[in-house]
Amino acid sequence: MSEITSTQKYEAEYFELIKKRRTYSAILLGVFIVLMISGFNVVDDRNAGSFWAGITSIFDFPREVILEASEKIEKIPGLFVKFFPSLIETINIAAAATLAASIFAIFLSMLATQGMAKWPRLIPVFRRILDIMRAIPDFVIALILIFILGGGPVPAMIAITFHTSGALGKLFSEVNENASLQPLDGLSSVGASWMQKMLLGILPQVSPNYFSYALLRFEINIRISAILGFVGAGGIGYDLKNAISWGKGRYDEAGAIFILLFVTIVIVDQLSGIFRDRLTHGKKSEGLL
Amino acid sequence: MSTNNIETLKSNVNKLFYFKRAWAFGIPIAILAYFTYVFISFDILGLSERGSLKNAKSLVGDMYSHKVHVTRDNRKGDISISIEGEKKGRYPSGEAPEWIELGSTSKINLGNGHLIYFGEKDVVYEVPNYGRIWAEPGLGGVEAEYPNGPLPEWINQSKNRVTITTEAGRLTITRNRTEVFRYFYGWELFFFTLDSQYHGKSISELTSLAFNGELPKIMRDFWYNKMWRHSDVAWAIGETILMAFLGTFGAALVAFPLAFLAAKNITPLAPVRFFFRRIFDFTRGLDHLLWTIILARAFGPGPLTGALAMVVTDTGTFGKLFSEAIENVDKKQIDGVQSTGARNIQRYRFGVIPQITPVLLSQILYYFESNIRGATVIGAMVGGGIGLMLTQAIITQSNWEEVTYYIILIILLVTATDWLSGKLRQRLIKGSLNN
Repeated sequence: MSEITSTQKYEAEYFELIKKRRTYSAILLGVFIVLMISGFNVVDDRNAGSFWAGITSIFDFPREVILEASEKIEKIPGLFVKFFPSLIETINIAAAATLAASIFAIFLSMLATQGMAKWPRLIPVFRRILDIMRAIPDFVIALILIFILGGGPVPAMIAITFHTSGALGKLFSEVNENASLQPLDGLSSVGASWMQKMLLGILPQVSPNYFSYALLRFEINIRISAILGFVGAGGIGYDLKNAISWGKGRYDEAGAIFILLFVTIVIVDQLSGIFRDRLTHGKKSEGLL
Repeated sequence: MSTNNIETLKSNVNKLFYFKRAWAFGIPIAILAYFTYVFISFDILGLSERGSLKNAKSLVGDMYSHKVHVTRDNRKGDISISIEGEKKGRYPSGEAPEWIELGSTSKINLGNGHLIYFGEKDVVYEVPNYGRIWAEPGLGGVEAEYPNGPLPEWINQSKNRVTITTEAGRLTITRNRTEVFRYFYGWELFFFTLDSQYHGKSISELTSLAFNGELPKIMRDFWYNKMWRHSDVAWAIGETILMAFLGTFGAALVAFPLAFLAAKNITPLAPVRFFFRRIFDFTRGLDHLLWTIILARAFGPGPLTGALAMVVTDTGTFGKLFSEAIENVDKKQIDGVQSTGARNIQRYRFGVIPQITPVLLSQILYYFESNIRGATVIGAMVGGGIGLMLTQAIITQSNWEEVTYYIILIILLVTATDWLSGKLRQRLIKGSLNN
């Protein structure tokens, strides 16, 4: 008898719990829906054109570009050649920035990792430095530097380097935390300096992961470097902005740049995907570096 | 036989060492070569011509200090005093801060013994350790008299303009006007503008006033500060967050059903899967920038365009991530639910969704975090949120204190969302382990 009542009690409690949980979920869902709808209305109000008016003409611009580009199809290869140097500049900005940032990030991350830091007391300081570098958006740095240094690729490169150092520094320090510290003991016993310990004891363990993160960042940085060009730094983004602001009659240029940019992004994504796959799974035969 | 083995081992080791050495030298050399190429192709040496040290100085100075302009119109003779030379920061005529005495001869005290007198038309600047400088603008340009000796380099003299720059401030005299700058630390009028009755009051005075029922008025004067526009800034920050929120969750809502169609264990039809996966690849590959341009044509500039650009790109990303999560679910739970006689929909609802929710939510949060950062950039391109205010402030090329303020706000916003989403994700992952 008592067993039955206790089971019933549990059952009642269970259903009570389920009910409570369902109410909470329902309330949460309700709040979410209200937020989405009211948020959408606010944003729709503040926008120049409304959502429902724009949704029908969403493909007008791509269609115009495609039509004009296909009319002047014979000019497209020439335009590819014309804008290729800008594309190279955009890629160079991303590559140089990623490379420089990786080097900075390696040092910063080691200085911010327990057990590796040269000055263990300063670990929190280096962590905060990484956080701040990560938090400042790159386009802000780029715009300020354009004011100081004038236009061109250098402000964009410095800006991306700065932000990427912070972003990679954090990822690298997470990798460092998983590295074995035993090689360091061995190296200290033979009197290695801090630099030698890091180079010979840590780097060989972590370099595949570092490389894979740096590649991922390179993909992102190509996109950012194109965007920064749009805001005023050089490269293909700048050409794209010009081509678009010329309006009709120059859409063949816009189309050519669209294609160049899209193809580049896809190729880099694919290549880096293959490389990263190789680095993390299999093909470990080259244990070099 | 064994010697032979040792020999091959030795040669192998030697080869390995040779490779390692080649790598160890080759990589730094390759990096160096690449940087040299970039150095030349970006024309870094030409930077010294293109760059401007003056701009850098004014920028850095503006970040932590402000200046007060005391300007005399040399034709009409009236003196106006304004902070940063802005209309919004102008003192009402006849009023002046305590370091300026207005009168027939106005005395401007720049501190540290630097005194400037505005006479009827002429100006006298008494520089400690140097002497008295007299100047008078006239029709033929600016006439000036200096103490004996060669002109020091901080005085810039030409026919139509005299500029004297000292550590206390700057005096510029031209035919049309005479202008004095005095520099102060800090941001000007951050809390109250000059027309507010609370300007210049100390914190203790303000607290006592606040307790006497003036709090709403004080808050209003602060909130609608014309120079710093705190209410507009707060609204812009809200808009940036809103853009990221709508973009991320909108994308999640669109991607969620599509992800099922692209998952191998749910959709057996390969062409359907292939179709949706290519759509995901396409929206992801076309990038924020290109989508923003395309969408801005249809919807015009504004925050909606920014949010939609995020929806489109993140739909691709989420679609890929979600469908991978769905493919990784444990089949046993679905079988279990099926064994109780559940229909298709119920199988998904009770067999699949509970397994993937924590993973999905944690991915969504992660992207929300990065979209907050992205929303500032997109805002700058489409014209919405704090990104727009920031670019507007940068374009003026003089309001660097505002730029600094916005950057600090953005850093705080990004750090706060990082922290919050980190906490939430930790709880989600822990919660899913407990279940």
